[in-house]
Amino acid sequence: MAHMEPVNNKPAVSQFLQQAVLIKQGAEARVYRGRFLGKSAIIKERFQKLYRHPALDEKLTRRRTAQEVRSILRCRKAGIDAPVIYFVDYTTNCIFLEEIIDSVTVREHIASAQASGQSVEALYGLADTIGKILAKMHDEDVVHGDLTTSNILLVKGKEGRDGKLVLIDFGLSYISALPEDKGVDMYVLEKAFLSTHPNTEALFERLLKSYTASSKKAPAVIKKLDEVRLRGRKRSMVG
Amino acid sequence: MTVVIGFEGSANKIGIGIVRDGEVLSNPRRTYITPPGQGFLPSETAKHHRGAILTVLREALDEAGLKPADIDCVAFTKGPGMGAPLVTVALVARTVAQLWGKPLVGVNHCIGHIEMGRLITGANNPTVLYVSGGNTQVIAYSERRYRIFGETIDIAVGNCLDRFARVIKISNDPSPGYNIEQMAKKGKQYVELPYTVKGMDVSFSGILSYIEEAAHKMLSSGQCTAEDLCFSLQETVFSMLVEITERAMAHCGSQEVLIVGGVGCNLRLQEMMGVMCEERGARLFATDERFCIDNGAMIAQAGWEMFRVGQTTELSDSWITQRYRTSPHSAVKNVHWPDQEHLPGDGCVCVNNQEGT
Repeated sequence: MAHMEPVNNKPAVSQFLQQAVLIKQGAEARVYRGRFLGKSAIIKERFQKLYRHPALDEKLTRRRTAQEVRSILRCRKAGIDAPVIYFVDYTTNCIFLEEIIDSVTVREHIASAQASGQSVEALYGLADTIGKILAKMHDEDVVHGDLTTSNILLVKGKEGRDGKLVLIDFGLSYISALPEDKGVDMYVLEKAFLSTHPNTEALFERLLKSYTASSKKAPAVIKKLDEVRLRGRKRSMVG
Repeated sequence: MTVVIGFEGSANKIGIGIVRDGEVLSNPRRTYITPPGQGFLPSETAKHHRGAILTVLREALDEAGLKPADIDCVAFTKGPGMGAPLVTVALVARTVAQLWGKPLVGVNHCIGHIEMGRLITGANNPTVLYVSGGNTQVIAYSERRYRIFGETIDIAVGNCLDRFARVIKISNDPSPGYNIEQMAKKGKQYVELPYTVKGMDVSFSGILSYIEEAAHKMLSSGQCTAEDLCFSLQETVFSMLVEITERAMAHCGSQEVLIVGGVGCNLRLQEMMGVMCEERGARLFATDERFCIDNGAMIAQAGWEMFRVGQTTELSDSWITQRYRTSPHSAVKNVHWPDQEHLPGDGCVCVNNQEGT
């Protein structure tokens, strides 16, 4: 791995980022586009959150950087598409990743499909594939932690057909074999899915069916998903 | 001119308030405080409310300088909350409504908090963090109704704080949360505690069980003081709340935050949220203890909104419910939040259009 020496007492990565192009600023990280070792790369920089106690902030930021990298690697080893990791700098909590070109988020894809009047059935194939990939990921005991349709990329395939799906944004991920954790993972996706894409209950059902068919461990996970769904309804809301 | 009287008693506070066209005329309240180490139980809480409610009602009218004839509508908390206290208060509301010959309006407690928050602060279209002993939700307005974007998947943050207070026998007077806040100011050492954010949601049962288990050990070994624990607990749980609020804001493209609910009184939480808002160029709105903590005026205000558009509650429908979330089969009238024409009484905090009571 390349070794970056500090320049003028500033980490070399920070200097590098000044040359890169900022493409997105999220709640926790800035995303840049730059070039690294001759390749087009995405750099994800987790910056300090000033509202947090410094000790907590340092711990969380480092942990999320490490978790992200570990989970992506684990997914890739299992044949699940996630960006290639080029380099990680723990002094600045930056991850250098492969840029997934020619892609849209599943969120954008569904939104434009609905806007152009396509029926929900047209998206069933997509739902099937997503269900399959998530089943594979959970079978690897990777819990994504922040499943939303913005965190799944759809790469344009040849001749306008759907290409492959790439999972991104593993900052809240962790390793767990517990059906409870996987159930909550699907619950997070369900909530994000249905609140972002109105009237897509059937689509999500299809996704869950595909998930169930693709993994032997799925029934236990779905059972936990049902429990978590109920928890929200049955919680005593006193005070 | 429309004058509404609101009755609130879903937890350990019994409050009655009178609102006239956005002006709070009176808002007296009593709190049922239990000894340190004890929480409040439904039947005893209801007993406390029964003993105080008529006195508070008298105060509300006297402070406002009004007579029953001046009231246009009687609002009360339909839910959610504890059963017995809710029943006690609903009973009195129904009785006075009939005695005075006024229409009745059943209000959703959570909506009461939000509507009062918006009235007092003037926030236009905020991301709302609703945090109390019984609720922890991030609510935003999207597609013509209130939506829950993030929430606790187990217990409320206030519940976590209250139960921690019991473990180390912090006084419940005036409230456990207030005393934790004061002690936290004297805390010096940050103790590492579990931090759990799952997507847009949070979980507090893990940190609670950890601290319940570890508190006595840490205190008796002298590893840290009770003040340190209060400080560390606040820093951790409040960071979690700020994080999910920020995520919701990023998701909705919102530039305003409104904190409501009893835990919203906490100045440290307000401070942390303020820092986050400043970094994003957003505005923070918060109220003080008069309106953060459960009170009657917030029910009156929400009731006022409903009454204005003709939404009242028949006597036969004035039952209370401990768990009040919208049912897809109930008559859902759309909430037009920024247009100032809305019907907050349908328990309109929706989650993905899938519900049941």
